Amino acid sequence: MEHTMINLTLKIWRQKNADSAGQFETYPVKNISTEMSFLEMIDVLNEDLINEGKDPIAFDHDCREGICGACSMYINGRPHGPWHGNTTCQLHMRAYHDGDTIVIEPWRANSFPVIKDLMVDRSAFDRIIQAGGYVSVNTGNAVDANATPIEKDLADASFAAAACIGCGACVAACKNSSAMLFVAAKVSHLALLPQGAPERNTRVLDMVAQMDKEGFGSCTNTGACEAVCPKEISINNIARLNREYMLAGTKADK
Amino acid sequence: MTNMLDAKIPSGAIENKWTNYKGHCKLVNPANKLKLEVIVIGTGLAGASAAASLGELGYKVKSFCFQDSPRRAHSIAAQGGINAAKNYQNDGDSVYRLFYDTVKGGDYRSREANVYRLAEVSANIIDQCVAQGVPFAREYGGLLSNRSFGGVQVKRTFYAAGQTGQQLLIGAYQALERQVALGNVEMYSRHEMLEVVLIDGKARGVICRNLITGELERFFGHAVVLCSGGYGNVFYLSTNAMGSNVTAAWKAHKKGAYFGNPCFTQIHPTCIPVSGDHQSKLTLMSESLRNDGRIWVPKNKGETRKANEIPDEDRDYYLERRYPAFGNLVPRDVASRAAKERCDAGFGVGTTKQAVYLDFRYNLINKYGKAEAHRHGIHNPDEETLVRLGKEVVKEKYGNLFDMYEKITGENPYEVPMRIYPAVHYTMGGLWVDYELMTSVQGLYALGEANFSDHGANRLGASALMQGLADGYFVIPYTIGNYLAHEISVAPIPTTHEAFEEAEKSVRNRIEKLMNIKGDESVESFHKRLGKIMWEKCGMARNEKGLTEAIGEIQTLRKEFWSKVRIPGAINEMNPELDKAGRVADFLELGELMCKDALNRKESCGGHFREESQTAEGEALRDDDNFAFVSAWEYKDESHWEMHQEHLEFEVVKLTQRSYK
Repeated sequence: MEHTMINLTLKIWRQKNADSAGQFETYPVKNISTEMSFLEMIDVLNEDLINEGKDPIAFDHDCREGICGACSMYINGRPHGPWHGNTTCQLHMRAYHDGDTIVIEPWRANSFPVIKDLMVDRSAFDRIIQAGGYVSVNTGNAVDANATPIEKDLADASFAAAACIGCGACVAACKNSSAMLFVAAKVSHLALLPQGAPERNTRVLDMVAQMDKEGFGSCTNTGACEAVCPKEISINNIARLNREYMLAGTKADK
Repeated sequence: MTNMLDAKIPSGAIENKWTNYKGHCKLVNPANKLKLEVIVIGTGLAGASAAASLGELGYKVKSFCFQDSPRRAHSIAAQGGINAAKNYQNDGDSVYRLFYDTVKGGDYRSREANVYRLAEVSANIIDQCVAQGVPFAREYGGLLSNRSFGGVQVKRTFYAAGQTGQQLLIGAYQALERQVALGNVEMYSRHEMLEVVLIDGKARGVICRNLITGELERFFGHAVVLCSGGYGNVFYLSTNAMGSNVTAAWKAHKKGAYFGNPCFTQIHPTCIPVSGDHQSKLTLMSESLRNDGRIWVPKNKGETRKANEIPDEDRDYYLERRYPAFGNLVPRDVASRAAKERCDAGFGVGTTKQAVYLDFRYNLINKYGKAEAHRHGIHNPDEETLVRLGKEVVKEKYGNLFDMYEKITGENPYEVPMRIYPAVHYTMGGLWVDYELMTSVQGLYALGEANFSDHGANRLGASALMQGLADGYFVIPYTIGNYLAHEISVAPIPTTHEAFEEAEKSVRNRIEKLMNIKGDESVESFHKRLGKIMWEKCGMARNEKGLTEAIGEIQTLRKEFWSKVRIPGAINEMNPELDKAGRVADFLELGELMCKDALNRKESCGGHFREESQTAEGEALRDDDNFAFVSAWEYKDESHWEMHQEHLEFEVVKLTQRSYK
């Protein structure tokens, strides 16, 4: 692949810890290969900062293959940057031109408090899963895997919802900081399968209740979540969530 | 002098060993389980499945991960699939076949009894995962779909597009979160284990660093289960996640757990090649792609035409040429060496010439395009139509991988062949464990990639997920009971016990020592330098001279690290550079042991290729008379280990020269 070297100006949110106020700092970076990933560009900056005796920028990242869901940068006003269906770690510097200025912030949502710099606390998502995002089956209770055939279209739709990586971009993009797409993806993944059917009603009621308890906002169907989702989780899942929720509500005695 | 190790393999015929074990191992009654505490380190497939299953049984479990959520453990990145001896395809598969393929694939350096158990429980794993709602790929009739992987001649791999690891881990993670909700498991994320606490020779707890506050915390357990993954990041560049590390396993090693076959590392043949010095990690392109991609290089050195312009007669499909029986689906070690051989001989492609082509066009047209055209009743379709139709099928099978390739390289693999090259991927070596998965320290277990047990000198594709889940769901719930049954009268030991005091003090001293170096070279820089030594001298090909040099170079580098490393920030705060420094310090010790083990093993086997030991055709040449053993290294002091051996008895499989021709 052809590549060129570019110079950029970065404006990055720096915040010492959850209790302190943060501010933007400006950093010029030079000789960035367009073959680099966005995070490798941050690596270069951090190496420079360390060599200057300064504190490097803290950010979450792990697999760098777009699947673990750890990376979480809000780049020029868009979670995970300009590419469609993409995570920050898979964004490459081909997306930028020499002389560009890039503004990098953490996810902004009350339910995702900043830990340091670009790192936020997303444990609210784990607690939503704890509220019901599972099938209650202990190890050792399973029947033969092919005992229940599942229509291919349903299995595929379930998989498409289950592809959610729990990164939180949907929340970061939403003007209401709603977690509806995340919750809808899990509810859909399990509601579409026969294995998820027995707990279908309690699951959706409990997960939505937990979502509200964590302080996420309501959904007003702007579709920002779908537009930025790195796994292209469809907003149709939110429609399914609403349907599941209403049906469960009519059936619930409690 | 070497001592023979006893793996405590149950007696009896191989197909009865596990059944007999389960029928006779000690049980802990439900009331006593509530009084027993188990620590599980790591939340990948092995850790999450173990913590969830032990929680379900009623043990009080504490689960730890260094990531911000247990769902992010690196099992999530496994792509191609998981093997199971279901024989749903009616193509001749069986527990014995899976067992045999795995022992042969591992080049006869694994323990038969463990591998047989793995094959036996493989079918239960698929059942369990489907029951949890793991959305595996299905056929139109609603039944599960299978594909093929390297080193086998049946289709036994279950998958979910190129995201099988993700789906399996989400299944295990959800089971784990359910136990958290029920109060059976306490979850500690952003916690890194930095020491094992031993009391009277038994593992009784751990010291962890809270990665947010920097504080050291103490935790008691009646037993400790390490599920902390492999150590491929010792090479700096690998397909591992950035945070994957050996630290938990290495601390256990220094506290008495033997390290088994450290030199057995897997170099995966199909990864996106290195593009420059800035590279922070390498990305795998799943082995499943070799079902439909053909590997080739130009026949002419100095070929200047673009890949699609090179006619078939000028292409060398070298795997199909050298290994007609298995073709593009030879095991990983064989495929990697063959790629290296072609590139070293000057036939490599791309700007660096360190790459070969993985080309989908033939199957896009001939396999899928034609089948789809037939299905749609299109007669005499032109090539463009076939490509279009074939693309849809390929997209469904591997879409996310093709997208990933395009994002990284800027090239569209539906149109032009992928360029690929081998990269470090998995470590077969790990903590030595007996049949019960207990290390040489009482009450300290190792599961999944963290142990050495099932893959010998080379792991077959789609077997890592199988092993992680087998260990966590179906092995440890039985074997840990056999130990804990003796511990029911042990009351929880307060963490004010002097053993905890001392362990915490030693961790604190080490952290202070690191922070006080105040040198002028970054952690990253040392890690890169170590990686370069390891890749060049303990990588795809190894020899006595290189390994001897590497040991000296690593010792020097380690001294330099401890006098020149620069770690910014402070101790009592979030400090990712400090976390990384601790991990690299451990890699700097492990690297030396890997070279030592590679030097000691004068034979070639699986992924361990000693240039001095090869057949006339350049294949790995084993020396069964002298090396049919597991090397289990006991840590004595810096740069000083004592080797113990576990002799490998092959009662069922006959030792032969491995052939895929």
